[in-house]
Order: sequence, then structure tokens, then C-alpha cells
Amino acid sequence: MRVQFLLSRLVDLVVVLFGVSVIVFLMIRMIPGDAVAIMLGANTEVTPDRIAELERRLGLDLPIWQQYLNWTGGVLQGNFGTSIWTGRPVLDEITAQIWPTIELTILSIIVGAGLAIPIGCFMAEARGKGAEVAVRIGAIAGLTIPSFWLGIVAIFAVAKLFPQFTTLGYVPFFQDPLGNLQRMILPVIALSLPMLANLSRLVRSAMLDALSQDYIRTAKAKGAGRRRIVYRHALRNALIPFITSVGVSAGYLLGGAIVIEQVFAIPGLGRLVLGAINERNYPLVQATILVITSVFVIVNFIVDILYAVIDPRVARS
Amino acid sequence: MKSWIARNKLLSFAIGFVALQVLLAVFAPVVSPHDPFVQTMVQRMKGPNLTYWLGTDQLGRDVFARILYGYRTSLMTCVLAVGLALVVGGTLGMLAAYYRGWFDRIVMRFMDVLFAFPILLLAIGVIAVLGPNVWSAAIAIAIVYTPIFARLLRGPALVITESEYVTGARAIGASAGRIIFMHLLPNLASVILVQASLLLSAAILVEASLSFLGLGAQPPTPSLGLMLSEGRNFLLLSPWPAVFAGFAILFLSFGFNLLGDALRDALDPRLRATT
Repeated sequence: MRVQFLLSRLVDLVVVLFGVSVIVFLMIRMIPGDAVAIMLGANTEVTPDRIAELERRLGLDLPIWQQYLNWTGGVLQGNFGTSIWTGRPVLDEITAQIWPTIELTILSIIVGAGLAIPIGCFMAEARGKGAEVAVRIGAIAGLTIPSFWLGIVAIFAVAKLFPQFTTLGYVPFFQDPLGNLQRMILPVIALSLPMLANLSRLVRSAMLDALSQDYIRTAKAKGAGRRRIVYRHALRNALIPFITSVGVSAGYLLGGAIVIEQVFAIPGLGRLVLGAINERNYPLVQATILVITSVFVIVNFIVDILYAVIDPRVARS
Repeated sequence: MKSWIARNKLLSFAIGFVALQVLLAVFAPVVSPHDPFVQTMVQRMKGPNLTYWLGTDQLGRDVFARILYGYRTSLMTCVLAVGLALVVGGTLGMLAAYYRGWFDRIVMRFMDVLFAFPILLLAIGVIAVLGPNVWSAAIAIAIVYTPIFARLLRGPALVITESEYVTGARAIGASAGRIIFMHLLPNLASVILVQASLLLSAAILVEASLSFLGLGAQPPTPSLGLMLSEGRNFLLLSPWPAVFAGFAILFLSFGFNLLGDALRDALDPRLRATT
């Protein structure tokens, strides 16, 4: 049964990755204004002969399915194409700028998911009380506050109140750990807040659901303490849907990071992809979208599998 | 009973709050005290005062007027986007539920693939193809939300197509179109209303993010996201345009989110009993 479940999820994964690659491939084919002329225009004068020559060299004169196969063949061997302007392999440009984005995303997941559990438990336990209603309204506000605006206001406030505190830019962690973390504080708060709001609402409703189950009544009847009931009996079961949502949030964070990097002048993938769009550096745009989306799809695949390990009912249905 | 009234109070507040902002946007030309495009160089970067209620921006334009017109840009883009996603995604979802089989499988697989992209990233990809402007932003958001509506409506539509009254309708020879529009759609209305409101709330944030990144509305169009990115450059000289534009985005998005939440509570009879 387990093997069957794993296999069906693997088939899903392959199908989705295939679909994503087709969409990303076609996206660049649909760009108006011939991409070849743009590529050529970067270096030399554009003439029909030169366009035809370059098209032949890039394989653009082949049938579209063959172009797709060539392109995916390259991608699977780690060849994502070359950047139009620098001539370097785009994969090198991506790996050079991926670390700030990964650090920002992972720290935000830790903060957002970590705080969501106690806040959600509090909201479930204190349901209907004044403080809980306030936290609940705060959670909707947290969900709808533009995180980049929060970032801008935070930069402004810090600049006014603590002028010596550096909030912008990025230094690698291993070069200057304190400087790195200091610069990460505000971006992580701004990026994790909507996720925190979303997840704590989810923990609240999952906890309310769990607390109304029969086994909680049994635990109460046995005389278990409040703390034990909430954290040992209810929370364990409430965490199951929570884990799936953390996986889905990873995609939201990867997208949100693009905006937050722009606000805090962090040289990550967001800056890379925006710069590439402005420069019409299409191979780079294509590769960045493909890499980020694949990471997101694979993370969700792993979460799905974990989910089935934690809750065996999932694999059986 | 008491809590039911309390919830309806919340619903009426949400409706009022959203309606106020929508009316301000619709009647912006009447309400606005100034022209949003007129630049008064001697009045640049002023704080709130009696002539310019929310101050002026770096070109001496009235911030209040630009926020009212920014509401228009934002609402038009997002209503168009969510409407398009609802029509395309909802129709696909209902057709998939009605026909089942290979049609269902292919459509929903395609939706899974679209859903696999991080939202903002797919929107950016679409805009890279179409070029940065308001229409591209609307289409990008519509594409991103299409799978959400398709998945949302397919589930309940599957249950309804199994029901006896649909079997009955089929038996007396009702066409697919009649069953979908006369039987499926009315039963799904409350689900659609709630989700459309919640998605509008999220779309407002996505639209603002895209304009902030320079991928949506282009200057000099009044746009809340653009006001933020322009205001950011003059933050230490005059924080007002960025601060007020941010509040405007927050209020608009918050209003629709609250409305969606309150509608869900009011329309779902099961929740009435439990919470």
C-alpha cells in the first residue's frame, strides 16, 4: 500500500514538472518582438542573414517539439542556456545569487511557523475572550498588510530612531555573521508576518477541531491537566494539516521574497529576475522561474510524503 | 442567536467599509478636491494641510487625489482579473465535474501545473511575455487565480451532479448548459461569493506588489503600488505619500478579506451552529 502511494505521488511529481517545463519553454516562445533580434542586437548590427545564422546555431529552425526536447535535454544535464548579456551560463548567475533568497526564506519559515503554534493555541483556548478577538483581528490585518509597505515603514522608523543600525543590503553569513543577521531582522519580520497570520489562523481552527474530539473528553475524564491536554493530545493532531500548509507557504515566501529583496536592496534571485526582465535577458528569466518553481514543487512533494508518514490514514485512502 | 446577530453586525460593517471605498473610487472625479495629474512645483512634498488633505508628492501632486484614482486603477485591475479567473476557471471546473472522464483528468492536470507555480513568480513570467502595463497585470492575476476557482467549484459540483434532482433533470432531457447554469451555478453561488471576496483581497496585494516592482501600472498613472515605490525614494524627506498609499492598500485589502470572512460565516449554516 505504501509503495503504491509513493509511486502515484512520484507519477504526479513527474507530470507536474513536465507541465511546468512546457509552460516555461512556451512562455519564452510567445514573447513578441523576436528574441533572436534582441539577442543579436546586444552585440552587432541586425541583418536578416545574421538572424538566420543565429537561429540555425541556436536550433530555432527545428520543429518546436525538437526544440523542446533539446532544451529539456540540456536542462537535465545542468545546461540552462547562456545569459544574453554576459555570455555566462545562466546557472552560474543563479547559483551566485541564490543564497540570500534561501536564507531569507528559511529564516522566515522558522519565525512564521514557530510563532504560529503558540499564537494559534492561545486563540483556540481563549476563544471569544477580548484578547483573543483582538489577536484574531490582528491576524486578518497581518494577512492583508502589504509586506513591502511594512518593510518600507520599518526602514524609515529605524533610520529615524537608530541611525547607526544598518538595515539595507546583504553580507554573507560566513563573512560577518552578526552583520548578516542584523540586516536580516527587518526583511524576515516583513516576509514572515502574512505567513504567521495565515498559519496561526489555521492552527486555531485545527486546535478547535481537535479539542472537540472524543479523545480529549477521555483525557479530561482521566484527570489530565490542561497543559497536557492542549499540548500533548490536541496539538499533535492539529499539527497534521499545519505541516501541509507550511509547504504551501514556501511558495508564497519565494514569491514574496522577490518584493522584499527589492525593498531591502538584497542581491538575491528576486533582483536577478527583475533585472533580467528589464534587460530582456530571456534565458535568465526562463531559468530562474524554472529553478524556483521546481524547488517549490519538490518541497511540496516531500511534504506530501512526510504527511503520509505522520498520518498513515492518508496513504491508505 | 445572540452571536448570529453579532456576526451580521460584522457583515454589515464589512459591507459598509468596502462600499465606502468602492464609491470613493467610482466617484473619484466628483469627490477628488484636486486633479491627480497637476503638478504644483512650489507645493512639493508638503505634509497634510487644509488645501492638500494628505499632503503632496515629490512632483507636487495631491496625494489624496492620487489615492482616490489609485483605488480606481487597483479595483478595475483586480475586479477584471478575479472576474476573468472566475468565468474561465469556474466554467472549466464545472465542465470537468459534469463530463468527468478524460476531459476532467486533462483539465485538472493542467490546473495542477498552473497551481504549481509560486503566485507572484507566474505573474512575473506572464508579464515578461506581455510587457509591463495594467492589462498585463490583470491577465497575469487572472491566470494565477484560474486554477483556484476550477478546483474550488469542481468539488461541490461533483457532489451536486450526483444528486437526485440533477439525475432527474438529465432524465427529462435537460442539456448540459441548462444543468450547469440552472442547477450547478445557483447552488455554488455562496461558495463563489465568499471566495471571490477573499481572492479580491489577495489580488489587491498582488497588483500593488506588481506595480511596486514596476511590472504593473506605469507612471504617470495613479497607482497605489507605484506611489509606494516612488515615495520610498523620498522617504526621509517626506514619508507621507508612501505611508498613506500603504494604508490605502491595507484598508482595501482588509475590507474585502473581512467581507469574505463575514459572508462565509453568514452563508454557511453549519458554522452558525458551532461558532
